[in-house]
Amino acid sequence: MNPVNYLYLAALLFTIGAFGVLIRRNAIVVFMCVELMLNAANLTLVAFSRMHGNLDGQIMAFFVMVVAAAEVVVGLAIIVMLYRSRHSASVDDASLMKL
Amino acid sequence: MADTSFPLLTATAVLPALGAVATAAVPAARRNAAKWLALVVSLGTLALAAWVTLAFDPGGARYQLTESRAWIADFGVRYELGVDGIGVAMIALTALLIPFIIAAGWHDADPLEDTSPNRRWRPTQGFFALILMVEAMVIISFAATDVFLFYIFFEAMLIPMYFLIGGFGDRAHSAGEAEGAKQRSYAAVKFLLYNLVGGLVMLAAVIGLYVVTADQLGQGTFSMQQIAEARAAGDLAMATNIERLLFLGFFLAFAIKAPLWPLHTWLPNAMGESTAPVAVLITAVVDKVGTFAMLRFCLGLFPEASAWATPAIIALALVSIIYGALLAIGQRDIKRLVAYASISHFGFIVLGIFAMTSQGQGGATLYMVFHGLSTAALMLVAGFLISRRGSRLISDYGGVQKVAPVLAGTFLVGGLATLSLPGLAPFISEFLVLVGTFSRYPAAGIVATVGIVLAAVYVLLLYQRTMTGPVDKPEIERLPDLRPRELAVVAPLIALLIFLGLFPKPLTDIVNPAVEHTLSDVRKTDPEPALPEVEAAK
Amino acid sequence: MIGLLVAAPLLGAAVLLCGGRHLNRTGHWLGTVLAGVSFILAAVLFVDMLGRPGDDRALHQHLYSWVPVGGFQADIAFQLDQLSMTFVLLITGVGTLIHLYSVGYMEHDERRRRFFGYLNLFLAAMLLLVLADNFLLLYVGWEGVGLASYLLIGFWQHKPSAATAAKKAFVVNRVGDAGLAIAIFLMFTTFGTFAFGPVLANAEEATQATLTGIGLMLLLAACGKSAQVPLQSWLGDAMEGPTPVSALIHAATMVTAGVYLITRSGAIFNAAPDAQTAVVVVGAVTLLFGAIVGCAKDDIKKALAGSTMSQIGYMVLAAGLGPIGYAFAIMHLVTHGFFKAGLFLGAGSVMHGMNDEVDMRKYGGLRKYMPVTFVTFGLGYLAIIGFPGLSGFFSKDAIIEAAFAKGGTQGWVLGAVTLLGAAITAYYMTRVMLLTFFGEKRWQPDKNGNEPHPHESPKTMVIPMAVLAFGSVFAGGLFTSNDAFVNWLKPVTSFEHGHPPIGVAAITTLTVVMLLIGVGAAWLQYGRRPVPVVAPRGSLVTRAARRDLLQDDFNHVVLVRGGEHLTRSLVYVDNKLVDGAVNGTAAAFGGLSGRMRRVQNGFARSYAVSMFGGAALLVAVTLLMRAV
Repeated sequence: MNPVNYLYLAALLFTIGAFGVLIRRNAIVVFMCVELMLNAANLTLVAFSRMHGNLDGQIMAFFVMVVAAAEVVVGLAIIVMLYRSRHSASVDDASLMKL
Repeated sequence: MADTSFPLLTATAVLPALGAVATAAVPAARRNAAKWLALVVSLGTLALAAWVTLAFDPGGARYQLTESRAWIADFGVRYELGVDGIGVAMIALTALLIPFIIAAGWHDADPLEDTSPNRRWRPTQGFFALILMVEAMVIISFAATDVFLFYIFFEAMLIPMYFLIGGFGDRAHSAGEAEGAKQRSYAAVKFLLYNLVGGLVMLAAVIGLYVVTADQLGQGTFSMQQIAEARAAGDLAMATNIERLLFLGFFLAFAIKAPLWPLHTWLPNAMGESTAPVAVLITAVVDKVGTFAMLRFCLGLFPEASAWATPAIIALALVSIIYGALLAIGQRDIKRLVAYASISHFGFIVLGIFAMTSQGQGGATLYMVFHGLSTAALMLVAGFLISRRGSRLISDYGGVQKVAPVLAGTFLVGGLATLSLPGLAPFISEFLVLVGTFSRYPAAGIVATVGIVLAAVYVLLLYQRTMTGPVDKPEIERLPDLRPRELAVVAPLIALLIFLGLFPKPLTDIVNPAVEHTLSDVRKTDPEPALPEVEAAK
Repeated sequence: MIGLLVAAPLLGAAVLLCGGRHLNRTGHWLGTVLAGVSFILAAVLFVDMLGRPGDDRALHQHLYSWVPVGGFQADIAFQLDQLSMTFVLLITGVGTLIHLYSVGYMEHDERRRRFFGYLNLFLAAMLLLVLADNFLLLYVGWEGVGLASYLLIGFWQHKPSAATAAKKAFVVNRVGDAGLAIAIFLMFTTFGTFAFGPVLANAEEATQATLTGIGLMLLLAACGKSAQVPLQSWLGDAMEGPTPVSALIHAATMVTAGVYLITRSGAIFNAAPDAQTAVVVVGAVTLLFGAIVGCAKDDIKKALAGSTMSQIGYMVLAAGLGPIGYAFAIMHLVTHGFFKAGLFLGAGSVMHGMNDEVDMRKYGGLRKYMPVTFVTFGLGYLAIIGFPGLSGFFSKDAIIEAAFAKGGTQGWVLGAVTLLGAAITAYYMTRVMLLTFFGEKRWQPDKNGNEPHPHESPKTMVIPMAVLAFGSVFAGGLFTSNDAFVNWLKPVTSFEHGHPPIGVAAITTLTVVMLLIGVGAAWLQYGRRPVPVVAPRGSLVTRAARRDLLQDDFNHVVLVRGGEHLTRSLVYVDNKLVDGAVNGTAAAFGGLSGRMRRVQNGFARSYAVSMFGGAALLVAVTLLMRAV
């Protein structure tokens, strides 16, 4: 199969993820969308690795997965804390990040 | 001379830096230990500076006591130190003044008796640590012969100064504590922003200098000596426009630091809001880096551009002299008055530097030293006076002479030095600057001479309004005379002013050869007298 | 040896000013003794000088190199020639007498030690001024006496009027000092040096414009120090100082420094006729100005101050005449030193006995109460009006003759002015004499109800007055016998005999006639009828003269008020415009960032939009660039 199709898929996934981040209010869903974008990026890396015939992209993808795992841990912890303190997982309720 | 010998200049700068760290580490409960430690360190630095002065051979090479180490090799940045006569004089001045500043500010950072939570005061030991930090940085700036090294410390100086102005301001504020705190932080931010703007422009020019040298020499360099050698060998020829732009970049930073009209407005705020010793630190020590750098870097790196800009700079210097003096006459606040007087004096220094005569530049160098001493004498006594009465307004005083004759007498001597009375040191420098200016630009010399009349007006008005007249305010009646500690601060300064006024030769011997070198940098010689044969016959 | 002359009083000043309270009881004697030491040294040097032939009398002493910078070589070096010697003797002699007088006069002042310190400081500076061998060192002395004068005028600082007068004196003098400084710059750029020797010897080689410039600047300096028009306004106010100060500094010595300067720089003025004309005009104008002011003042010291101005006008005029006048200028200076110091000391003695009252209208008939003061003051009076046979007669007559000898219209005008001046001098001095010592007693109790009890002053005060009176009587005759004074100064100042267009005898007769007219007019007005205690309103001229011919008002309106407005508006400009521009820039940035801040609304999703938008933009730009 033409590896370029993987790139189209990755672009589609990335777009879905991006729209999800922008549109959804629930922090968990936003979070899942972020993961979707990360995985879209991973998919491109692997696809490019395949196209260029070297392993750099795949190695990079492993790194991303490790970082993503760490990020999930921290991110979920933040969301849980947020929910505990505000009884809501809506990102718009947490608009304290301003001057 | 060789790199292997004891790194005297580094030691002179490192000692106060280490002292600053040690002082800061003293626990708050043992305030007095911190003060004594700072004083001892500053005296140690003075001893090292004295050693520098003695080790310097006026007849020897231009830069002496040189040290050179690779630092950031990729960018040609080196840790290069070395002093010429001008640098020696400035290091000696700095090391000399710091102990007086510390002793004069002995109680300025003590905790307030009123310990209510909204009146926070910073830790005492921090005040002294910051002063020592400034000293270390100023000394490095005076000794650096690498432009980048100089730039770093020129800028880094702002940090401790910012905290000294904003954190340890003058407690005497007519508008109350809250308003005082506001004014202080305004002054500190203004000081910082002004100088940062100059510093940023200078950074661009420093980078530009690197690009030019990298372009023409193959290897970029910031070393004064390398640049001078390349220039002498004809390897380095800057395009006129580029040289002028770079010159302006450097000059702007120095003109803000030395305050030259119209970039002066930060100085009255900074000096007015800080304690008297810090005000002395600003005007007598830190600002001198600006005028010193004009002599060393502006003239040394960009001789043609300096000559190009001279008319404009002389005009600005003249405006500074007259404008500063007139504004000093119009001030109602003692410390702001001294600040504007300093602006007038900095005008004289810049005038002397750009007159491009040996009298002008020699005079300007002496002026830097003597202005440091005279302003210290005047400002510190003013500080003692202000701390007694708790007010900076001239109108709150009157008749002090009657109740505190010694204080009034020392104040008068400081004032007379400020107005350059013959017999006191500043006269020599001012006269040299005027002669040097007159011999090349007669009209400018005459305009500047008006400044000495105005100086008499502002000094004597200040003295008359504060010290003479009847004692008609109850606060004045109870004013104590100078205490032994305060007298110990002022008396040596006055003695020095008189001694150097009568016998400045030790200093001129050191400074003269350096001035000759600087003049040859810009390829200028003194104008010949109209009747040279008269001098020859003499 | 020459250095010691300066060092002795300088030491006194240092000890007295830095020494503590334990010197309070002996300090004044220390000061007096050191002044005396200086005088004795001067006398020894004088005798030594007399032993050598005329052209070989100058002594030089090079102490050390002071400021060597490039071609600028200033030395601490002294030169003692006949001209300096004359001044040294006058300064130390009169100075010592006035120290002695002050011991009595300042007896009850708690700050007497400091007063003597200042007096010694003055002596040192004044000696430095006349002993310097270059113009820069002279400048040091020049400002040094200005400082001493400032300190002494303002000695009673608790009086606001004294503090103001002191400041005014210093500032006005500074204007003159600036002139001297510029003259030195000009010398340096012309001759490459400012030592007397080379400058004066080569003066003629410089261009006319340069010489005129130097001459005018030196004249400006002389105007400041010697209270000549237009810088005369400080002298009247300077009378706020203690009377011995007025006698020493503002009559006998310091104010004559301008005459010294002009005489010393004679070579320059001789080669610059325009500058010389300016000197003569200043002298002539001041001569009349001072005399007119002296006629209207009721304050005894201010009347004498006007007289000082006028007499120095005579000297300046004589010095402006060139070689025919220098010697006479100095001669009048010396005799004036005697009689004017004597007159001031007499005035001080009167005030001492009259509870410090200075208004002559409240004196009257004092000759019965203070016989010695009356006699010494009277001798001084006769000397100053030029009573034949007394010293003022000889010196003033010589100047009048020299003025006529100037020749041409100028000579006639100057001669007429000097003659008129002699008449006015006789008038105002007779007025002072009559108001003070003759007529009915007019004194009244002061504010506290204390009736003055006029009494003779203590011995320390009387002796100096007597010595000075002696000098006032005999100095002139001594100087003019065999032209002794002229011959003495000739090697330094050079001398030409002037030839007045009318006979010498005629001029002398005219002078005496003018004198009699002046005395007669004064007698008609103040001697024949009782004097009102409150001054009558007087004519327009009188009222103007009481206010120093409105010159002070002019200064006040133009310089003081104008200066205040200027500084105030500049302060406004600095705060609003210069600082305003800076603060305005800061405010503009602040406002801009305030607007930008709204973007930071805290909603995570809007941040995400901007992130995506930015990324998309970057990608688009990159692609676009590649396409192009």
